[in-house]
Amino acid sequence: MDYNLMREFADSWGLVGMALFFVGAIVFALRPGSRKLADEAARIPLEDD
Amino acid sequence: MKFGTQIFALSLFTFAALAAAGFGADQPFRQHMWVLFFVLLGFVAILIRNTNFQVAAPIDPSAYMDGPIRYGTIATMFWGVVGMLVGVVIALQLAYPDLNIQPWFNFGRLRPLHTSGVVFAFGGNALLCTSLYVVQRTCRARLFGGDLAWFVFWGYQLFIVMAATGYLLGITESREYAEPEWYVDIWLTIVWVAYLILFLGTILKRKEPHIYVANWFYLSFIITVAMLHVVNNLSMPVSFLGSKSYSAFSGVQDALIQWWYGHNAVGFFLTAGFLGMMYYFVPKQANRPVYSYRLSIIHFWALIFLYIWAGPHHLHYTALPDWAQTLGMVFSIMLWMPSWGGMINGLMTLSGAWDKLRTDPIIRMMVMAIAFYGMSTFEGPMMSIKTVNSLSHYTDWTIGHVHSGALGWVGMISFGAIYYMAPKLWNRQRLYSLRLVTWHFWLATLGIVVYAAVMWVSGIMQGLMWREYDEQGFLVYSFAETVAAMHPYYVMRAIGGAMYLSGALIMAWNITMTILGYQREEEPMPGSVPALQPAE
Repeated sequence: MDYNLMREFADSWGLVGMALFFVGAIVFALRPGSRKLADEAARIPLEDD
Repeated sequence: MKFGTQIFALSLFTFAALAAAGFGADQPFRQHMWVLFFVLLGFVAILIRNTNFQVAAPIDPSAYMDGPIRYGTIATMFWGVVGMLVGVVIALQLAYPDLNIQPWFNFGRLRPLHTSGVVFAFGGNALLCTSLYVVQRTCRARLFGGDLAWFVFWGYQLFIVMAATGYLLGITESREYAEPEWYVDIWLTIVWVAYLILFLGTILKRKEPHIYVANWFYLSFIITVAMLHVVNNLSMPVSFLGSKSYSAFSGVQDALIQWWYGHNAVGFFLTAGFLGMMYYFVPKQANRPVYSYRLSIIHFWALIFLYIWAGPHHLHYTALPDWAQTLGMVFSIMLWMPSWGGMINGLMTLSGAWDKLRTDPIIRMMVMAIAFYGMSTFEGPMMSIKTVNSLSHYTDWTIGHVHSGALGWVGMISFGAIYYMAPKLWNRQRLYSLRLVTWHFWLATLGIVVYAAVMWVSGIMQGLMWREYDEQGFLVYSFAETVAAMHPYYVMRAIGGAMYLSGALIMAWNITMTILGYQREEEPMPGSVPALQPAE
């Protein structure tokens, strides 16, 4: 586990993994049918005091 | 017995502080331990005076725990005024160097007192109390861990006192925004882990199935700051009873670690945490749900993924490898997207209720905060571009930029949140005075505008003077000439800061009177009551 090995991992699989996670999170947020759930979630602060 | 364990444990720590004051390896450490001793002694005395032997009343597990939040609100106001006052003092010291009082109150020692005072004491307490307020009300659960919240609150105040007195005694690691020495750092780590357990525990016992987005921002702020704090402060003390330590890193690695920390202190402490505030308090005050909840999710993930890489832009044209500088610049520019997405989301929450801007000074304050969030996060990426940075870096432009973010965004959104919370926390019908909020709003806004505009002029002038060559290739201005040229701007900057401070003093008065239960008799805000129509 030297510097070069870790660096190689970071700029290949690490980068791909993080990019995929990010894209996945956005796709999940915008998935069909999410609007209704999101609108419900947005009301959470307004229903309580 | 009430406070039994606390009194016992604190007495032990008090004794340990006394021992450290006696055996300390260097004089500043001994002085610092005397400070700690008297602080702890005072605390033990207060606890002993308030103890009793009656059986404590059972706690209603369904009620929210608001005691630490009330204390946190008062602490936010108190440290805010102190930190801003020190800011005005150091602004005047820059304009009039005779005001440097050696050795405790010179600029070098007061400057970290100002930055830590406003960022960690004012901003930190604002985040602490609002996060505990929001997490209970959006999870519909009482705070986790019984008295853990009290430990976090008082432990954090002790950190602030130790950091602040350490600076004045000349104890410093000289790491930007992380100046406290190793033993204060260890204490903050303990308190911060307790804060994480408190926050996460409350989320885990929530009754609301969905975790509201404000909590995501707060949680990311807590976790990331823990990581940044621990890595940036890895150091080896010279003595376990001494005030000096040396960083685990050296050279350019140390510089990069420091700015990886420094910039993410801005990104996660001053941005992510306060966005959590925005996503709760703006919808509450406007009484409307956030404009797009899905945009807020995207805002969150984009901010998290991009911000952490932006730090190298503080090290342009240094020994840091070029690729790392470019990386920092590119990620900073990409930050435009989440920043503006978030700004639009905050502002559009008011769509259909824009009339509230006229009638509700608290909403006005929040909108101004979001506007400054947009402006300063536009300016920041622009300044991270290397060619712009070659003009702006090391000049007052940077100071102006920081303050438009800190005074405009962080300050205003915190003021708005506290104005919203205070009547609710103390069961008051309304604030003492809405008119005073309007005064605060205008003083603060005009103060920021004066401050930022003056620093632009001063900074760009400074940068241009530094790079001015004559036809033979010699520098035209000596450094002292650039300093002399900035004097009028330094005076104006102090005036802008004093305006902002006077707004904060008005707020402190307003909040105090609200807590004491007074209501000022005053004309309602124009437009807030429908105008009377003459009878037909």
